[in-house]
Amino acid sequence: MRTIAVEPTLDVLERVAPEGSSDLQRALRKLLRRPPALFGLFCVIVVVTWAVVPGLFAPLSPLDQSLDRYLKPPGYVDAQGQTYWLGTDQQGRDILSRVIWGSRISLFVGIATVLVSGLVGVTLGLVAGYFGGKLDAVISRIVDTALAIPFILLAMALIAILGPSLQNIILAIALRTWIIYARVVRGEVLTLKEREFVVGAKATGCTTLRILAVYLLPNVFSSTIVVATLYLGRMIIIEASLSFLGVGVPPPTPTWGGMLSDGRAFLETAWWIAFFPGVVLMLTVLGVNLLGDWLRDVLDPQMKRAAE
Amino acid sequence: MRAYIIRSLLQSLIVLNGVLLIVFLMLHLTGDPAGVLMPIDATQEDLARFRRDMGFDRPLHVQYFYFLFGHGARNRGVLLGDFGFSYRHEVPAMGLVVEHIPATVYLAVISLIIALAIAIPAGILSAVFRNTWIDHVSSVISMLGQSLPNFWMGLVVIIVFAVYLRWLPTSGYEGPQHVILPALTAGLYATARIMRMMRSTLLEVMGLDFVRTARAKGLGETAVIIRHALKNASIPVVTLVGLELGLLLSGTVVTEVVFAWPGVGFLTVDAIVNQDYPVVQAAVTLLAIMFIGVNLTVDVTYAWLDPRISYR
Repeated sequence: MRTIAVEPTLDVLERVAPEGSSDLQRALRKLLRRPPALFGLFCVIVVVTWAVVPGLFAPLSPLDQSLDRYLKPPGYVDAQGQTYWLGTDQQGRDILSRVIWGSRISLFVGIATVLVSGLVGVTLGLVAGYFGGKLDAVISRIVDTALAIPFILLAMALIAILGPSLQNIILAIALRTWIIYARVVRGEVLTLKEREFVVGAKATGCTTLRILAVYLLPNVFSSTIVVATLYLGRMIIIEASLSFLGVGVPPPTPTWGGMLSDGRAFLETAWWIAFFPGVVLMLTVLGVNLLGDWLRDVLDPQMKRAAE
Repeated sequence: MRAYIIRSLLQSLIVLNGVLLIVFLMLHLTGDPAGVLMPIDATQEDLARFRRDMGFDRPLHVQYFYFLFGHGARNRGVLLGDFGFSYRHEVPAMGLVVEHIPATVYLAVISLIIALAIAIPAGILSAVFRNTWIDHVSSVISMLGQSLPNFWMGLVVIIVFAVYLRWLPTSGYEGPQHVILPALTAGLYATARIMRMMRSTLLEVMGLDFVRTARAKGLGETAVIIRHALKNASIPVVTLVGLELGLLLSGTVVTEVVFAWPGVGFLTVDAIVNQDYPVVQAAVTLLAIMFIGVNLTVDVTYAWLDPRISYR
């Protein structure tokens, strides 16, 4: 038992951990040689810093309104000498400050949905792949059903019925996005379960739970991380879409989608309200995607096709 | 082949039942469907009567049975397409949704055509000229295409083409000039994905033996690509195009709202905001049925194109 157990542990280590510093160094060197990935890293660092300490960067409170500065264009300077770099909105609030504070909801919902859907998806994928048969068929039909439902409409309806709290928004988004994890993990487990170290573990009388948790889970870890990074950007877009459609975190909390929705009414007179939050949203998603591409190349080159 | 088709059909029916179950349970999430459906100012007596009339006091599985097969003289059940009346428009909910289907299908099809017109040539060019500037430019475009929130792109094209240049209308649904901006916006993700798929499958096929044979017998590079490689690279692309059409049918929601396009998405968002849930239930079900139908067609076509798939 002991001799068989040692080998799989090594195998696990090899696939999961960046083996020592040399691999980490290689990954970092790769990052430095890739301008797009560096650009992505820069965007992500900026937005994360905004989200953690928005007060340090925002010139004003995101809720500070005044009808004296209603719909002022970018670069407007008021009587006190305060500059509004990105202009003001229909309530005279500073767009730049709102964009900076808005990063909080976007990142929080994005990361939380990735965690929730990852947890559900990986579990169901492991179970479906390992047990196969009827259980797999049931989970596969659930996946098909979730795919067939018009997602944005269902999410909107659920949030409208249950109320627009952060928790409900995260659940409504995760209801669809667990699928991708389930699919990738199921596929990996189908091949992994035929490998010697799993067959050996089974032969020596390991419990099913132990096989799933100790032998299979660590081996699907790297592809899960890759999928999570590749889909984080999409989660952020979905949250913004829901806010844009009016079922996001309710005002006055600043959200990028909500700002875009405000700006829709002023496209002809004040384009900046809808323009700037969108630019930042796009750069955030682009940054996450570029970093995801780099991570995928580093962790698992073969993932490229599976994730597409 | 026949067994494969029958199995696909059965699976579709199971999925359809799943969709109906979710649509049914949607109203029961809060535990009180009468509270969700009735206006906020309804009295306790109104609520009690409504619960009795709708059968909400019965066990859940009995209610699901009523939902599917009808209950009483006025409700024939969703299996016969009866989702009840729209509270807001006071017409049958399903009829209202069906009226809005053509606009959505029109938008989805035009989006797909525009996406194909851009993505297929761009994908082929970047595969043929791999690692040249053409390839780099198109990979940057496809990366941007996947990172742009499409509703924001909708707003930006309105600002640029409708407000400042005044070339195209901002919204509405009259002539062909109205469909251009919404179709570009809705087709954004499809364009990026089809482009990547076209490039990667073509590259893969061009490394195969039969392409080398074609080159070895002295065929010119253009003929090799058009006559041999493209034909074989087209199968996965065709599948993807089918899937994209299925996604577009329900994926134009945000675009429809941005451009006030009178399709199912626009109708349903309006219904959700106004708590007109029979319309929401009818729309979600109908869009899901369309998605299932498109997928079934793709599955069967794929099996027919590639006989190896039947025995998986």
